[in-house]
Amino acid sequence: MNQQPGTSGLIFNEPLLWDKSRDGRCAMSLPKSDVERSPLDENLTGDAPQLPQLSELDVVRHYTRLSQWNFGVDSGMYPLGSCTMKYNPKTNEVQAARQGFASAHPLSGDEFSQGALKLMYNLEQYLAQITGFHAVTLQPAAGAHGELAGMLMIHAFHAKNGKQRSKILIPDTAHGTNPASATLCGYESINIKSGKNGVLEPENVAAMMDEDTAGIMVTNPNTLGLFETNIKEIAEIVHSKGGLVYGDGANMNAIMGVVKPGDIGIDVLHLNLHKTFSTPHGGGGPGSGPVAVGKALEPFLPIPRIVKELDSYKLVTDFPDTMGRIHTFYGHFGIMVRAYAYILSMGAKGLTDASKLAVLNANYVKESLKGTLNLPYDLPCMHECVFNDEFQKEYHITTMDMAKRLLDYGFHPPTVYFPLVVDGAFMVEPTETESKEDIDLFIDAVKAIAREAREDPEKLKKAPLLTKVTRLDEVAAARKPCLRG
Amino acid sequence: MKEINDLSLPDDVKYTKSHEWAKLSGDIVIIGLNDYAQDQLGEIVFVELPETGDTFSKDDEFGSVESVKAVSEIYIPISGEIVEINEGLEDAPELVNESCYDNGWLVKVKPENISELDDLMDKGEYLNMLKG
Amino acid sequence: MRYLPHTKDDIKSMLKVAGQENLDDLFNCIPDDLKITESLDLPQSLSEWELNSHMEELASLNIACKNYKCFMGAGSYDHYIPAIIPYLISRSEFMTAYTPYQPEVSQGTLQGIYEFQTMVTELLGMDIATASHYDCGTALAEACLIALRQNKKANKIAVSALTHPSHRQIIHTYISPAGYEIVEIPYTKEGLTDVKALEAMDDIAGIAVQSPNFFGNIEDLSAFKAVADAKKVLFITSFTEALAFGLLKNPGSFGADLVAGEGQSLGIAKSFGGPGLGLLAGTKKQMRNLPGRLIGKTKDANGDDGFVLTLATREQHIRREKASSNICSNNGLNAMTAAVYLATVGKIGIREIAQQNHDKAVYLKASLEKAGFESAFDTPFFNEFLMKAPAGFEQKRAALINDKCTFAGICLDKFYPELKHHYLFCATETISKKDIDQLAKEVQ
Repeated sequence: MNQQPGTSGLIFNEPLLWDKSRDGRCAMSLPKSDVERSPLDENLTGDAPQLPQLSELDVVRHYTRLSQWNFGVDSGMYPLGSCTMKYNPKTNEVQAARQGFASAHPLSGDEFSQGALKLMYNLEQYLAQITGFHAVTLQPAAGAHGELAGMLMIHAFHAKNGKQRSKILIPDTAHGTNPASATLCGYESINIKSGKNGVLEPENVAAMMDEDTAGIMVTNPNTLGLFETNIKEIAEIVHSKGGLVYGDGANMNAIMGVVKPGDIGIDVLHLNLHKTFSTPHGGGGPGSGPVAVGKALEPFLPIPRIVKELDSYKLVTDFPDTMGRIHTFYGHFGIMVRAYAYILSMGAKGLTDASKLAVLNANYVKESLKGTLNLPYDLPCMHECVFNDEFQKEYHITTMDMAKRLLDYGFHPPTVYFPLVVDGAFMVEPTETESKEDIDLFIDAVKAIAREAREDPEKLKKAPLLTKVTRLDEVAAARKPCLRG
Repeated sequence: MKEINDLSLPDDVKYTKSHEWAKLSGDIVIIGLNDYAQDQLGEIVFVELPETGDTFSKDDEFGSVESVKAVSEIYIPISGEIVEINEGLEDAPELVNESCYDNGWLVKVKPENISELDDLMDKGEYLNMLKG
Repeated sequence: MRYLPHTKDDIKSMLKVAGQENLDDLFNCIPDDLKITESLDLPQSLSEWELNSHMEELASLNIACKNYKCFMGAGSYDHYIPAIIPYLISRSEFMTAYTPYQPEVSQGTLQGIYEFQTMVTELLGMDIATASHYDCGTALAEACLIALRQNKKANKIAVSALTHPSHRQIIHTYISPAGYEIVEIPYTKEGLTDVKALEAMDDIAGIAVQSPNFFGNIEDLSAFKAVADAKKVLFITSFTEALAFGLLKNPGSFGADLVAGEGQSLGIAKSFGGPGLGLLAGTKKQMRNLPGRLIGKTKDANGDDGFVLTLATREQHIRREKASSNICSNNGLNAMTAAVYLATVGKIGIREIAQQNHDKAVYLKASLEKAGFESAFDTPFFNEFLMKAPAGFEQKRAALINDKCTFAGICLDKFYPELKHHYLFCATETISKKDIDQLAKEVQ
């Protein structure tokens, strides 16, 4: 058996910035001033903010050490279900850093921004092609932002039709951002239970769908990693009562080149460029959440939109039915550059292969671990699979304990305790960029941990043991919040 | 989590479907969260209470209780006016976990209609509800 | 394809374990009528070298591929970015990590953002700052929603007409579905928000004023605070140029309840308008109402200091339909970038840079006046100001872009049609005296 990745090594403590601070230090090369000093009125000026004072090496060492306490995709396998932690190509960083892109001022004017506008226009076209939709907006800054935009468009659609509706149907497997986005639009979330096979049943949808319901929000494949096989019938049920189908495209990595959501009854879909399209997660963003729509919702897209006239590209705001603006400028352009570069690097075959291999990897994990961990839905999965801690209950070991022990083995744990429909969920999404060897090591690690659960449960209770800090007191953090130093 | 039979459920209070308890004390009613609720929530980190003088109708939401992993709304068992809130919970929300029927009380209410107390469950009825 | 490690042998042995004959069989659970039959119609895949050529060509269609002189602001600012910042931020442990759900292996991100939160509170004079939002406009919209929700009596929010036009549009988009409305506070001939007009407004749930405002002028926030107190509503301030508070009195010192801002000036490239950095700060009282992530300090089981995401029960993954916001991913890496920038410039640097921004802007204004421009206002400003251009400037401005790679201000016609021929100018520490003298000569 190959050696597990996790091991101990010398790591450094590093104080907080202000503990390193010494009056008089400065890490910036201050430009020389070549104009007269112009003092402002006393009542307008304040004291200089109490920022730390550090030398350049202080800053470099500080952040170098901090980075060494982190685990990223580049460190090791990061199988967070529903997050698609695939490899972030470095050439994408080179492209985003090109002066022509990075230094572009958003108000330079269309004529002087043709490179940016052309890139955005083409990216819209590629995303529309991949998802099977008519038009795309790149403006939303993250998946949840895209969900809000999608729901606002549905809201605008019903308003335009003369009758606003008050409810939206949301499956019990939905990500929390779905009902939260619905609430922001003033919709009441009506919960739909998934069937015993983990997918939505048309009868349950038909029972809840009425003419006061704006539509349904579906994720396909859903958060159990299962393809919603009844999607077409469900869409028909919703459409027949004048409702619309919102698609949460977070799991698009399972179906590129296999299924086009726009062709199977979905009216509006958001994508996560920082998931499916390889842009880095950044420790919590920035992401990008483009939204693709069918013809019916096109008039409501956010403004400005990019319009192509002959060979040139313009930003146009003259769309009277627009849902409005949701970003100060045009969205996260820097992230769009990376996604655009990725799509061009992969091509049609590359993207389709990515999905197929993502699904292969997940099924391989599922079959390899299903005797070790309980598999609530023993069915073919898509790009992710969900286990839980049922088998470990007799040893009083929980999903949390197993997740923490995985850290010692050198793996980032999968998503835990989501989706809510599975108690103690353990959701594994390997992605297509993990090799068979690394996945085998992961499988071995989980098996070893299951063995430890039987033979040496205390080790799991105390885990993680090799990390710089061990389990943190989240109760104290919430009772007496200390949010600044 | 505790087994149902291990829950502490005093005889001298009334219980609600949403796991609050109510006890008559003189002419005011003391209200709190019962042992099942505090056990389910886990370690409580914050309690959001109304202000004295606020009035509510029976079953209105009158606050919330927050643990690390969940937030739960709390519903008032009887109609009335808040005459006192448990200020101690601001610095020590864990009192609800440690002593939910005693120092962990939530509010004291001047009831509008004392007979509403009769609509609440006694220990036996509440246990049946939990088991069923 | 180099990102796909599977060899033919890998696929064969993995399919065996998965119990399928070939890759397509993995999708047998999907009804046939839902699957596509043709390939995706996308351009031929490019090698890394072809990609470089392609992207270089595209970038060359943006004038920014050349070194241009930027006298424009309006929410996107040109500032020096020290080399150590992109260097440190590109460390893959920061860049390729996700949200710190497993704090034991995310202490780098967590301490980094905790330090960010702290430095933002210092900069703005507030008690608490969140771990970031998308941009100032969306952070401001969220702040307005907080005010509207807390005030049960009114459903209108008073927003200054000198708040960035895009921000006002975003607020409108966010608050309309819930039935809320904006009422605009007009501006005076001094180029400031009209306090008297605000005082006369009834039925408002909150007040939002930008300072420095869109014209670059510094507002008297104490006057607005007084009105907010009198009307018993929340006082929200916003800003687009974070470096202003290296010099100016911060919003906290005026008693702001909530502050929304744009942090792009803190070491982040303009990047055609995004990603930037939304800042949101509040008083202690607002702590549990603030949307977005918060990092808190705590101890681990061995008693060592550590950091965690905290107060998560406000957020969407727990509150779901009762969450006050739906925000999940924010602008994490840009918040780290801002933290590195603030640590780099420090107390001494930020003061000097802010002062230079102001000095250059003052010199630019005086030079433009000598060149025939008219100052729109005689009001104190930070690094942006409004000028009325002499006849013929529009053509000169276009020529300057094409011939001299210089952007001389932004025309405000389409934002404020009542202000024809008015241009918003900006000067930062990146502009030299020589640049200004040259510009003045060109526009005479």
